[in-house]
Formats: sequence, C-alpha cells, structure tokens
Amino acid sequence: MKNKGLAVPYVIWMAIFVVVPLILVVIYAFHDGTRFTPDNFRVMGTYAAVFGRSFLLAAIATLICILVGYPVAWFLAREGPGMRRIATILIMLPMWMNFLLRTYSWMSILENTGLLNTLFQKIGLITLVNSIFGTNFTYFPMINTQGAIVLGMVYNYLPFMILPIFTVIEKIDPQLIEAAQDLGANSAVVFHKLIFPLSVPGILSGITMVFVPSVATFAISRLLGGGMVTLLGDLIETQFLGGAYNPYLGSAISLVMMVIVLVCMAVMNRFGEGEEEAMLL
Amino acid sequence: MKKNHFGNRAFLALIFLFLYAPIFVLIVFSFNATKSRTVWGGFSLQWYGRLFQDSAILSALQTTLLVSVLASLIAMLAGTAAAIGFAAMKRRSRHMLMSINNIPLTNADIVTGVSLSLLFMLAFAVFSTAQSWVNATFGTSLSFHWDKGFGTMLIAHVTFDIPYVILSVMPRLRQLDPHIYEAAQDLGARGFYAFRKVILPDLMPGIVNGVIIAFTMSVDDFVISYFTAGNKVSTLAMEVYSMARRRISPEINAISTLLFVSVLALLVIVNLRQARQDSAARHQKATLTPKQ
Repeated sequence: MKNKGLAVPYVIWMAIFVVVPLILVVIYAFHDGTRFTPDNFRVMGTYAAVFGRSFLLAAIATLICILVGYPVAWFLAREGPGMRRIATILIMLPMWMNFLLRTYSWMSILENTGLLNTLFQKIGLITLVNSIFGTNFTYFPMINTQGAIVLGMVYNYLPFMILPIFTVIEKIDPQLIEAAQDLGANSAVVFHKLIFPLSVPGILSGITMVFVPSVATFAISRLLGGGMVTLLGDLIETQFLGGAYNPYLGSAISLVMMVIVLVCMAVMNRFGEGEEEAMLL
Repeated sequence: MKKNHFGNRAFLALIFLFLYAPIFVLIVFSFNATKSRTVWGGFSLQWYGRLFQDSAILSALQTTLLVSVLASLIAMLAGTAAAIGFAAMKRRSRHMLMSINNIPLTNADIVTGVSLSLLFMLAFAVFSTAQSWVNATFGTSLSFHWDKGFGTMLIAHVTFDIPYVILSVMPRLRQLDPHIYEAAQDLGARGFYAFRKVILPDLMPGIVNGVIIAFTMSVDDFVISYFTAGNKVSTLAMEVYSMARRRISPEINAISTLLFVSVLALLVIVNLRQARQDSAARHQKATLTPKQ
C-alpha cells in the first residue's frame, strides 16, 4: 500500500491555504499599501503595554491551568476504566456548546448584579467582608477586570491542559510503578522520580495548547473584560475588521506575536521533547 | 496505583462543577419567563417557541451545522488519503510535511483567520482585476462579484479540520502490519478491494475519532469563521458575538440547550452500545475459555 500520490491533493491544499497565507502575513507586515517599508514595526513600541499585558495574563492563566489541570489528570488516571472513560467525555463535552456561549454565560455569573453577587449577598458574605475590613461594597466587582479575563482563559482552555497530561499518565506502565514500589520507593518518590518526569511531554503540549490561544484571544477579553482591557487579539481584530482598518499594521502585530510565541515554545521545548501526538485523545 | 481518597474525588467534583456551571446557568435561563439572564422570573417555554420563528437564528444554526458537517466529511476523505500518502513517504519528507500539517493546530486561531482572510482578499482583488482586463480587451461585460461568504468559511474549516484527522489516523497506520496488504493481494484481492477489506477496518477507529474531533472543533470555532465568513453569512457563534454588545436573546440559550441535549443523548447512546458490546465480548471470551 505504498501510494504517495494520495497525499498530493492535500500537499497542494496546504501550500495554498497554509503556507501562502503565512507568507502573505509576512509580506503585508513589511508593506504599507504602496511600498515595502519597516514602518509598521516602528510604531510597535506604542503597543508594548498591550504585548506585556497579553503575555502576562496568558502566562498566569497557563500557570493556573497546570496547577489545577495536573492534579485533575493525575486523580483521573487513578480511577477505574469506566470512570476514566466517562470523565474524558465529560471534559470534552462542554466544547459542544460554543465557547462564546459559555463565556457569555460567565457574564451572568460574574456581573455586579449577577448570580455570584446575589449569592454572596444572600449568605451575608458581603456584609461580613464590609464589617471586617470596614469597606463599603454593595457588590464585589468581578466582571470587567483582568481577573475575569484570566478566569475566562482558564475556563476555556483547562481541558486542553488536562487531556494531554491525562493521556501520558494513563500510558505509564503500571508494572513500572510496581517495580519502583518493590524497590522500596514510597508514593512520594514514585511520583517525583517516575510519574512526573514521564508526564513532562503532556505538560509541554498542554502549555502550548493553553498559552497560544490565551495570548491571542479577543472574544474572551471583549466579553469578560468589557472592552476595558485591550489584548493583542483585540488589537489585531480592530486592524482587520474594526474601525482602525489597517491590515498592514495588523499583519505586523500578528507577525511579532507569532515570533515571540515561537521563541517561547522553542525555549520551553529545549527542556523536553514536546510530542504533538500526545495532544490527541 | 492507589485509588483516590475522598478529598481527591471532592477536588475532581469541584473542577467539574467549574466546567459545567456556565452551561447549567445557560440551560436554566433558557426556561426563564422573563428576558433577564440573572433574575429568575418563573418557568416558561416561550423562548423555545419564539426560536422557531426567528429566521436569523435558524439560518445561523443551519450555517453552523452545514459548515461543520461538510468540513469534517471533506476532512475525513482528504485527511485519510493524505495520511496514507504521508506514511508511504521517506522519513525526511514526511517529517517536513507533518510540521506544515501542524501549523494550523499550533498557530493561534486569529493568525490562521487573519492570514486566510488576506489570501481571500488578494484572490478577489486579482480576480476582479483580471475580469476588468478581460472586459476591456474583449469588450465583454462580465460582472461576477466574489466576496467572502460560505465558500471561504468552508475552505477555512477544511484547512483546520484535516490536521486533526491526519493526527488521529497516522498512529493507526504505523501500527499496521505492511504484510497484511501484500498477503491480501497475493490471495487475489485487487488494490481498492484489498484496501477496503483489509486496511480500512483497522484504520476505522482512528478515522472516526478524527472526524469527531474535527466536527467538534468546527462547531466550537468562532475566531476563524469570524475572519473568513464576511458579513453575509453567520454561524451561531458569530450571532452570539454580534448580540453580546447589546443583549443576547434567551432564544440563543434555548437553541444551545437543544444542541447540547442532542449531543448528550447521542453520546449516551453510543457509549451504552459500546459498553454492551464490550460486556458481550467479555462474556463470549469467558465462555470460550475452558474452566479449570
């Protein structure tokens, strides 16, 4: 069954719809509509704050995803096969409700008059906090903050951290663990010396899958940040579809973002070999 | 491995609560009697009733389903074929093509969307220039007008769906015994027949898995559609996004509830069948093994 020819249509497809568009981004980035010029990069300094904020928020979200996602994957891997199967489906299932809808739903939960604040009021938490700290809250401001954006990122991308880690931990040969235990390792040592090192590829692909979309998000910041907090994604979006139409500048911002992300990923992957296949179920 | 303590289970439950809280809120408020998304005003089915008269939402639903089904089916065929082709290649070229294949997966959605929209804009500009040149030279009056729309969105979806199919078919191909295909041919099976009878059954789980992931990604996508669909067609997600600035109609909650419940039902049925087959197989195996 050696038929290389079967790949030809897709190779052509990739050339047209993957490679050429990326080349176009590079060309547009160095163009201003009439001539080639590096001007687009000269104004990049004005957006340094946006770059900083996007990368910082994405890094925080990624860190939280690791801290939460790793134990989830680890505990799930210790369940029986039936439970593991159900859990994997339960983690994938929310994706069938479009992420924008779920993010929108967080608006109802986090709003000043939203569900959480109503709950806090009913159980007297707000009064309690006010009496302890001498503050004067009528509600806790949660929506339209950077915290809400990080929450949105964690919420949306946590499954992409859990699944690859879960997959690699699940594949660890139980006999390996038994062997370690026979040789006198207690469970802390087994985890530290065996399970954690073997799960690094899962963590690395999880980081990529959480960090990259978090850096570039624009819908989450628009909905949960209320347009108060501009991220890279918002910046790019306004250059292409928004009021400040300038695809040349938009391409330049995208290019810089891509390059920074690539550098981050390259540095990270030096610490271990990232395996793309781990990300599939 | 040790089983979980109560504490670990409680932690898992908490995380699942976090993952499902917004979905739960969305579903509950689809039955709300008032338009509010935070205050419960009593039970009502009015949003479900209104839904079926709202042509904008119905057509968005149709667009979403159509683009997801078409894109994942095309991706299934193209991706499986490409994976077979890749597997036949030498290591180096396969490696290079796989890296290109992974670009849409690892790239940020917005970059994929923006780069494709640049390509489409340029292609339309070239097309319209060519058309006016033809008109001027041959005195014709062609006036085709191409713009972003369903077609461009479908192309974009196919482009990001195929890699998922390839990535889930590839491992299956690697596990294949190359001699089986030769054996089938030696026994007189011709090319495609041998493929269909011998190779395809082995690849099937990978193909199905790939199509499911591709379909899920298409349904969940907003960013790439947003940049490639133009302003004439819109998916449910785009409808939500444009409404979010004003106020989202609870009809959206109703339609998402319907979609979610249908997927849930489908998954339950598939899994029950699978579980029954598994236990039947185990049962059969148990009866076949001689008792000692």
